[in-house]
Amino acid sequence: MTAVTATPASRATADMRGALPQLAPFLGILAVAMILPFVSNDYWALIGTRAAIYWVLVSGLNLIVGFAGHLAIGYVALLTLGAYTTSVLVAGNVMPQVPVFAALPVAAFVGAVFGVVVGLPALRLRTFYFAMSTLGFATIVAQIALAWQSVTGGGIGIVGPEFPSPFNTAWGYYCLCIAFAAVCTWLSANVAHSRFGRALIAIRDAEVAAEATGISKPRMLIAIFLFAGALAAIAGGLFASLQTYITPDAFTFDLSVLFFIAILIGGRGSILGPMLGTIILTILPEIAAPLAAWSTFLYAVLLLVIVLVMPGGIAALLDFRNRRPLASNRAIVPRPAALAGCLRKSAGDKALSLRGVTLSFGNVRAIDNLDLDVEPGQIHGLIGPNGSGKTTTLNVISGYYVAGAGTIGLGDGVLPPGMPTLRAHHGIGRTFQTPRVIGEASVLQNVMIGGTIDGQATFVEALLALPRNRRDERMLANRARALLGVVGLEALADVRADRLQHSELRFIEIARALMLEPDFLLLDEPAAGLSGDEIERLAALIVAISRRGTGLLLVEHHADLIFDICDQVTVLNLGRTLAAGTPAEIRVHKEVVSAYLGG
Amino acid sequence: MFSSILASGLAAGAIYALVGVTYNTMFSTSRVMSFTAGQLAMLGGVFGSLFTLKMGMPIVAGFVLTLIGCAIIGVITEFVAVRPVLKSLDQHLYVLSTLALALMIQQVAAIKWGTEPQPFPRLIGWGSGVLDEKFWLPVAACAITIAALEYLYRRTLVGRAFLAIAEDNFAARALGLPERNLRVASYALAGIIGGVAGFSGGELLLAFFANGALLNFYGFVPVALGGLGNNRGAVIGGLALGLFQQAANFLVGGIFSSVAVFALFIVVLLAKPQGLFGASTARRV
Repeated sequence: MTAVTATPASRATADMRGALPQLAPFLGILAVAMILPFVSNDYWALIGTRAAIYWVLVSGLNLIVGFAGHLAIGYVALLTLGAYTTSVLVAGNVMPQVPVFAALPVAAFVGAVFGVVVGLPALRLRTFYFAMSTLGFATIVAQIALAWQSVTGGGIGIVGPEFPSPFNTAWGYYCLCIAFAAVCTWLSANVAHSRFGRALIAIRDAEVAAEATGISKPRMLIAIFLFAGALAAIAGGLFASLQTYITPDAFTFDLSVLFFIAILIGGRGSILGPMLGTIILTILPEIAAPLAAWSTFLYAVLLLVIVLVMPGGIAALLDFRNRRPLASNRAIVPRPAALAGCLRKSAGDKALSLRGVTLSFGNVRAIDNLDLDVEPGQIHGLIGPNGSGKTTTLNVISGYYVAGAGTIGLGDGVLPPGMPTLRAHHGIGRTFQTPRVIGEASVLQNVMIGGTIDGQATFVEALLALPRNRRDERMLANRARALLGVVGLEALADVRADRLQHSELRFIEIARALMLEPDFLLLDEPAAGLSGDEIERLAALIVAISRRGTGLLLVEHHADLIFDICDQVTVLNLGRTLAAGTPAEIRVHKEVVSAYLGG
Repeated sequence: MFSSILASGLAAGAIYALVGVTYNTMFSTSRVMSFTAGQLAMLGGVFGSLFTLKMGMPIVAGFVLTLIGCAIIGVITEFVAVRPVLKSLDQHLYVLSTLALALMIQQVAAIKWGTEPQPFPRLIGWGSGVLDEKFWLPVAACAITIAALEYLYRRTLVGRAFLAIAEDNFAARALGLPERNLRVASYALAGIIGGVAGFSGGELLLAFFANGALLNFYGFVPVALGGLGNNRGAVIGGLALGLFQQAANFLVGGIFSSVAVFALFIVVLLAKPQGLFGASTARRV
């Protein structure tokens, strides 16, 4: 018992030591921010305060743009909203006056609500559409601020809120804003480094795979829209106070551009990068005074240069770890024996059974009245010529396609048609014909994504880094490391996945799917692109997985692999079952030999 | 009041429709939605006022120069913001590159032309009241543009080549169509259409740098509602949007018309992301 209670403390210090190199730049920036009051004048206090306020907004927006990959370009609208809400509440021109520290949370609430309203289109639309809807929202908020004179004062404006002493001096207010910025950094870093942050990147770069691991896009996105909206509105309240007097002119679209471009210059999926981007963009027009009028033009040029020349942004420049060359002659040596340590033995009483499944694309019957059973602990091979409906069958089971007729049963129940995000909860994992991994995330993070639904902590717990979230993180990381050991990639755990070879990506996908501890595992051509040795090792791994009670459905073109390891084989041709039986029966089946195997 | 709603609604709608067609023309050959569409229409107004009022050129010369100017901007879009990112698999890049270019255009216009709306000349001098040329001119321009595009696409070889590229880029290239040149041509064409939108709508919208962002949004709404690349959808959607907006404008006031348009946009897109007339999306898995 004593040992158990003693470990968290020592592990916490170990965690701290591991995080120090990552933490150091932030502490450095904080130190510079703390020294600033002693070495400069009120002018720099103003610029520093402004940078801090911008960062309060950008730290939230970064999760949307940099992590989830949604191009929200009109975020000045939420800044405006927060600024007017705080100012109106404090000025008391509509209702009784409210102290500023009570007005800020109200503004945050309003901002969170509108953050979701603006974000809703992102649930169904991507890229340009979403960019446009945020742009449209920004236009409308500006018009309302101008026209709703009784509340906002119209073009004449309204007095910004004043903070009580000691925050009513230039440096006092500066310190307050820096404190806000530091807290926001901490919060957004917590989200970014939790399973929620990884899930956001997964939705961005590998949406289909994210669905297969059970990540629900709407819930993820709504959580960060609430968060980012609240931060933007708080930034608005601080901004209004800094301005002392706000008119709609104060909230030009140029500000939106600054926020957005700061993140892209900083680099996607990073926190330090966008922070540096925000600081640079805030200071840039100040040190080059003649350029002030051209600042937006300058930002736009920077954006174009970043997009065309350096898509990774500052974060990629600072990512020294991933510049070290990898060993070129590395071999993947899975250790199937280690599976026992990290994959529980499935109960193995339910079978996955397809009955009369039919799916048509237009006039083409991709699958025609297919019956198929995958028993627990067995390997079921699915072979057939190109276009015979193998991958389509997997996609129907995974819920990407809805079958026109027939049912997919799991044990005594029936899987709901469609709804790919529910498959992981039913214990069905899968890999893809073209590996769908997140290139910008590390190998370990990619595998950890597979266990997203096993996390216990809520978004708020992750936001505040409460114990349950830390436990989740340790559990996921340990399991992912163990599974990387099983597939033989533990040496590459911290490497960016896009630096790996194709065959390694295939094994990452298997490790990711195993994070679910699946009852059934669907493998789509896992041997494609692998060398002969690698195929042998893959076969041993697949067999070992089936020994743990997992039922496997294996789509493959390598006939040798299929006949070596499968317990059952189904041969498809033009969407129909051509033959089904044991490998020995199939090998001598006349039609199969003439239609597919040749010889 | 009904007639004023109809006149101003159709006029604004025709401009939105033309901006929508500008989007579609660029989209068809490159699969890129460009933020420069609205800016091209803004430049149509600014160039028109610049050439005719500031430089005192005859209307026709000013019109031709405006179209040439806009066509050049269209081609620059292709070279600077579209071609370099087409090869990239990362689809969001074009949003950023065209946004960057659009911001540059807008900022240069704001600084060199000024941030105040400036007058646009009377072009013909026909009509008054609700039949004033500022109302019927955009509608006529829209009708002529659509007719000309139909002729181009149905009757000429170049137009058919455009359609071929839009339909199946790979097959068209396999047939030996000069895909790159056709793409540049389509961007020039898009520039001209945007220029027509801005020039014909100049009397209504004036020569104002901020029109770019506004038209970007209001021109995109009909495209989104009508389905990407669908000109018929863009025209119907544009006119409907114009009428809806002006009706709301007259009946409940300006802000609420903007809110209503925005709400309509969001609701329709959430219900039917591919647009009212669009085809369903491509396969994902």
